Amino acid sequence: MELINLAVKSIFIENMIFAYFLGMCSFLAVSKKVSTALGLGLAVIFVLTITTPANWLLQNYILKEGALAWLGANFTSVDLSFLQFIMFIAIIAAMVQLVEMIIEKVSPVLYGSLGIFLPLIAVNCAILGSSLFMVQNEYNLIESTVYGFSSGIGWFLAIIALAAIREKMKYSNVPDGLKGLGITMLITGLMGLGFMSFIGISI
Amino acid sequence: MSTDTIEKPVVKKAEPLLSKRRKKFVTDPLNDDNPITIQVLGICSALAVTVKLEPTFVMSCSVVAVIVMSNLIISSIRDIIPNRVRIIVQLAIIASLVVLVDQVLKAYFYDVSKLLSVFVGLIITNCIIMGRLEAFAMANKPYDSILDGFGSGFGYAWIILTVAFFRELFGSGSVFNFKVFEAIGLANFPTNGLMASPIGAFMILGLIIWIQRTKNGYVEH
Repeated sequence: MELINLAVKSIFIENMIFAYFLGMCSFLAVSKKVSTALGLGLAVIFVLTITTPANWLLQNYILKEGALAWLGANFTSVDLSFLQFIMFIAIIAAMVQLVEMIIEKVSPVLYGSLGIFLPLIAVNCAILGSSLFMVQNEYNLIESTVYGFSSGIGWFLAIIALAAIREKMKYSNVPDGLKGLGITMLITGLMGLGFMSFIGISI
Repeated sequence: MSTDTIEKPVVKKAEPLLSKRRKKFVTDPLNDDNPITIQVLGICSALAVTVKLEPTFVMSCSVVAVIVMSNLIISSIRDIIPNRVRIIVQLAIIASLVVLVDQVLKAYFYDVSKLLSVFVGLIITNCIIMGRLEAFAMANKPYDSILDGFGSGFGYAWIILTVAFFRELFGSGSVFNFKVFEAIGLANFPTNGLMASPIGAFMILGLIIWIQRTKNGYVEH
């Protein structure tokens, strides 16, 4: 029950895009067509579900103060948390690379549709952001897996919705200065207003 | 006519420290080639930290520092970076600089660094920095790269400071925590809660983009 609650919260209420503005760059750049948005959205869900628990392990067994205690009594006071950013981004880059290779080997069809998006994801702030929030909120391993997965779903929903709206927008008459980024920002704002209505929901 | 030009001795003057060409590195990103409104880079952090002016100011200083330093470092070692691993090298340098900034903030501005929370770390994935390294520092001399870094950094800074100004003014009725409306005798001026929420940020940035692009005559197709 707790986990479902956490999932609902991170999909709708604390949505990566509408509440924290994470992953905006690719959100704006790759939302011109629904089909490409679908590919990127799936890739983000995939990578988030893997990297968030991976970074949890890293944080709790290597980086946190006293986390190195399993190496022996001498290491109980070692605090490596200042290395957090570098280690997290390294893990993310490595994971993305690994996922890319595995998918290429196992399912060439999926690779064909996700392939070009995977390298982009390494610098998507939603991925690093979710790892940092996971540390800040002190989730356990299962919670952080659920958190990673459902944040991915939230991001996926947002980009699909925006892409669908932008496809329709092609036929409307937008003022010149507002074309492209300007109108997209305003639409995102209105969508955020819609998502605000989920505040307070809990199961 | 052509013989004249050949006979002339070629005097190679050293370029002045702030020649016209170099001034363009700084002034272009401020307006015509703004990283946020024209190039659409670095939006994530531009919106998240702009509820109040104070954290926004600290954030823009940090970004300017990181972008200038990383441009300088990458540009000085650009000839010895193997092309295949350049992304990793860039990420490693940016990440180390961000760790440095984070530690300095924690030491001297603890309250603000608590407010910014994870967004200091997210400077690593700020696309402006990666974009400038990739597009400029990898191909230009260190001094030019520093100027370019300042240009892009300030271009980013003035946009997010403008957004923060309006959000703080209408969202909490203050500027740099100074209660403006109380000071001019409008103590019960209604503040707009929407401005403090993320939606206000999207709207204000959308409007700023509209105004700026209309002024510059830039149209996206």
